[in-house]
Amino acid sequence: MAAPLTLLLVVAVTVRALLSSSALQQLIAERVEVVSPISAWKRVIEGLALLDLGVSPYSGDVFHETPLIIYLFHFVVDYAEITFILADVIAAVALYISVKDYNKQVFRKQKFALEADRYPMDCLELIRSPKEMHYIPLKVAMFYLLNPFTVLSCVAKATCGLNNAVLALFILATIKGNMLLSAIFLCLATYQSIYPLTLCVPAMLYLMQRQYIPVNPRRFGFWWFVAQYLFMYVGSLFVLVCLSFFLLGSWDFLSSVYGFILSVPDLTPNIGLFWYFFAEMFEHFRLFFLCVFQINVFFYTIPLSIKLKDHPVFLIFMQLAVISIFKSYPTVGDLALYLAFLPMWSHLHRFLRNLFLVSCVLLACSALFPVLWHLWIYAGSANSNFYYAITLLFNVAQILLVSDYFYAFLRREHHLTYGLYLKRTDGSEATLVLK
Amino acid sequence: MASYWNRNPIRVFVFLILTVFVVVRSNIPSTPGEGAEERRWEASQVGDVDPGMSVAPPHPHTNTDSFQEELVVRPLHSGDIYASFQFRTVWEADFSRGNKVSHYQLFPKSLGQVISKFSVRELHISFTQGYWRTMQWGQPFLPSPPGAELWVWFQDSVTDVDGTWKELTNVLSGIFCASLNFIDSTNTVQPSAAFKPLGVGNVTDHRFLRYATLPREIVCTENLTPWKKLLPCGSKAGLAVLLKSEKLFHSSFHSQAVHIRPICQDQRCKSTSLELRQTLNAVFDLHTSGQAKREWSLFKMFSRTLTEACPLASSSKIYIDITDNSQGEQFELSPASSLLSQAVVLGDRRTFSVYDLTDQATFGSTLSPFDKKWQYPIGDMLRPLLHAERYVAGYGLQTGEIHTVMYNHHPYRSFPVLLLDSVPWYLRLYIHTLTVTSKGKENKPSYIHYQPSKDRLRPHLLEMLVQLPPNSATEVTVEFERALLKWTEYTPDPNHGFYVGSSVISSLVPSTVATNTSITQEQPLFSSFFPCKEELSYFVRVYTEPLLVNLPTPDFSMPYNVICLTCTVVAVGYGSLYNLLTRSFQIEEPSPGLAKRIANVIRRMRGVPPL
Repeated sequence: MAAPLTLLLVVAVTVRALLSSSALQQLIAERVEVVSPISAWKRVIEGLALLDLGVSPYSGDVFHETPLIIYLFHFVVDYAEITFILADVIAAVALYISVKDYNKQVFRKQKFALEADRYPMDCLELIRSPKEMHYIPLKVAMFYLLNPFTVLSCVAKATCGLNNAVLALFILATIKGNMLLSAIFLCLATYQSIYPLTLCVPAMLYLMQRQYIPVNPRRFGFWWFVAQYLFMYVGSLFVLVCLSFFLLGSWDFLSSVYGFILSVPDLTPNIGLFWYFFAEMFEHFRLFFLCVFQINVFFYTIPLSIKLKDHPVFLIFMQLAVISIFKSYPTVGDLALYLAFLPMWSHLHRFLRNLFLVSCVLLACSALFPVLWHLWIYAGSANSNFYYAITLLFNVAQILLVSDYFYAFLRREHHLTYGLYLKRTDGSEATLVLK
Repeated sequence: MASYWNRNPIRVFVFLILTVFVVVRSNIPSTPGEGAEERRWEASQVGDVDPGMSVAPPHPHTNTDSFQEELVVRPLHSGDIYASFQFRTVWEADFSRGNKVSHYQLFPKSLGQVISKFSVRELHISFTQGYWRTMQWGQPFLPSPPGAELWVWFQDSVTDVDGTWKELTNVLSGIFCASLNFIDSTNTVQPSAAFKPLGVGNVTDHRFLRYATLPREIVCTENLTPWKKLLPCGSKAGLAVLLKSEKLFHSSFHSQAVHIRPICQDQRCKSTSLELRQTLNAVFDLHTSGQAKREWSLFKMFSRTLTEACPLASSSKIYIDITDNSQGEQFELSPASSLLSQAVVLGDRRTFSVYDLTDQATFGSTLSPFDKKWQYPIGDMLRPLLHAERYVAGYGLQTGEIHTVMYNHHPYRSFPVLLLDSVPWYLRLYIHTLTVTSKGKENKPSYIHYQPSKDRLRPHLLEMLVQLPPNSATEVTVEFERALLKWTEYTPDPNHGFYVGSSVISSLVPSTVATNTSITQEQPLFSSFFPCKEELSYFVRVYTEPLLVNLPTPDFSMPYNVICLTCTVVAVGYGSLYNLLTRSFQIEEPSPGLAKRIANVIRRMRGVPPL
């Protein structure tokens, strides 16, 4: 299994290295779909240049990355390409190992359930075989590394590649059951972009299940575990924030990084829903809608955690997708992370309703983004509505994709409990509906 | 000659018309004073005063205000006529010690009250229509950028400088009928080096300095009228009679300014007084308006003639630049003046013919037109040693590049210049892309002061000290990104573009002629504005063109649609997740069709068992 992975890594690194050294790099680095005001490499360089001039990078409104990023690139700015390629490789390997481990656990659980005769007789079709699961880790790594979105993001040196790597390491640490590392990596990801905060819950659920702590709010063990995890998480967050303070000697970065993410002052077009909405918003409703849109991202955590409390890894996937759709400055790099999980749910394909339509829309939108951008910004023959329309469609497609996977997952779980071929009371073949 | 003049009786009522006929006889520039032995040189005394300080001229009545007025006319090599008015009111009141003064003589009360209320040390305001073409016209006496410019030094007793500045701009907006109230934190900067106080006092803490430009400001009659009202004689008498808007605004360039600064009261500089200098510069294009006749007169330019000097003025003079015309080979002045004056202006020794309006004899002569074919004056204009231009490069509405090119035309000397750029926040400058090149090589600025912008709060400020090599062009480029604004932040004509104020280039330019640093009493006003501390260099400020930059625009017609559509997408997301979260899978029980249900209702009413 190591040989195909090595080959994949070699191919991925070669593709990235070739693109980075070609003339296309400049073009890709300026694409608004690939870089956001937070993650743009140009802005990181600007932050470094401001530091060199003796000006705080946060005194202006160009640099919005965290102090640790600027500290990191202070040393490795000459090896930036290598750093970003390395981040992608780390992310892919971390995903590979964690999926492999997770599959083992899934298989073991399935074996126990089969031995306990918990599945209905006609569900044998739904039982996953080790053969089909064998290539899933490789496919996940491949989906991450060879996804054009990841490649573009890496070539453009968007810092969301680093965030993805940290998130992948968080997933690895969680699946391996390392509570401390899980909390630290999650804290690093949160420190960079706030939104991964919602991944706290699936991580805790997973770790609890791994340690056979019942997920029951009435039990002391549950709260003790939650307190432990939150202590590690908040503690490392505190350390990071203090470290940032000591690096630059001021608290400016708080408003410049987190205030910037939450209050969305920069309306540079991107693939998300925020920019045009807040460019066209009536001034006295701005705060209201800002709150609504930001709460929207965090809000799904609670119901999703209740519904999926037995399937924390799927919950992580759902959360990543929700974050990447509804965050304030999304880029295709954010998309790439949750798209990498799709091969993990290949056993759901028989229940997906509109995978073909959604893939077509996603592909068409990805092609139309640069076209309509060109028409609006360079040719002047289209206006902002064209680009906006494509962002809308792109987001609808993402929403359909995610909700379709969610539907398929719930439906498979239902079938695993009640049997695959359901009968009505009168004995005829039944159809399942949501009620 | 006199009989010839008297032949035309129509113009007898005209006291003074200076008609100049250009009669080019030779293109050899002659040295001033040659062949002018019969003319008298204006008396000048060299006083032993502290260099660098302008000194108010001693006045017969001590401790009172004094007023001087002056008009300089200079035929430019492009064939245009440059007219520069200077009015100087000196108020012997000392504000620096917090005195409140309520007695006003010549000084306008409206400005005096503003200065004392807002504790202003120095105030410089200019309104300009058109762009000064340095390469065709040479350097102006007092430079100003297109649009409105305001810079103020506050007294160091002011605690809330930003609040005072805001109030002051609003008051000045009312006084000058201009849009100065649009000056806010988004276009105000605090230059650290480019704008030093021009009056006495060595305050250099730039916390008390505010500088703002409004490049889009249109200057017109409503700005001229309040400006004229500040003069002691208004527009009733003196040179201000000439300032009629119908001709003044029919010019290639128009600039009016007010400068207030403290100056030394006497040569020992024990106490200061306040100088109000009102200047008005205009360039008239007489080619087009003169019906192919190359003759100009005060009447042709201003459609008014002078009747008398302002009675309140201690001096009232007209200077005609005759440096290129010392022997009358290009034009003839009538009436001829026997009084000559020499002054070193901007590193160039110029000769002027002087007409003293306080002298009644000046008004005695009359003249008649003289018709001769004219030709372009051929001759080398002294090229301005420092010159700059600016443009935006790049295409599309995403990024761009600002290029500022500074030329040093000095054949063998290099000199440093201080470049100041204030760029609005919606053009996001990337300072790491800043390059300075001269003669194809990188020219590292020895000093850079950069203040990045804050969205909707403050502009970018870039100041740097660059050494310009001799006879070279130095190009400064910096990339920027165009921001998409909120739909309410665009101007009513968003596709016209957004203006970016001029860059300011300040420099001490090496002079070929020694500047007289010791201030003589009779030095004309126009040559004595910028303090000069060195003999062999002179201060020049050059403004580049303002830029017009297009930004991407949203569709202004559909805020409702956007709100509805985006909310729909969010609702689709919410709805589909809500659906899956709250409902559970159930086996569908077939529901009877509509016809069957209606039939069953009817059957139930009839008492028949349902189908």
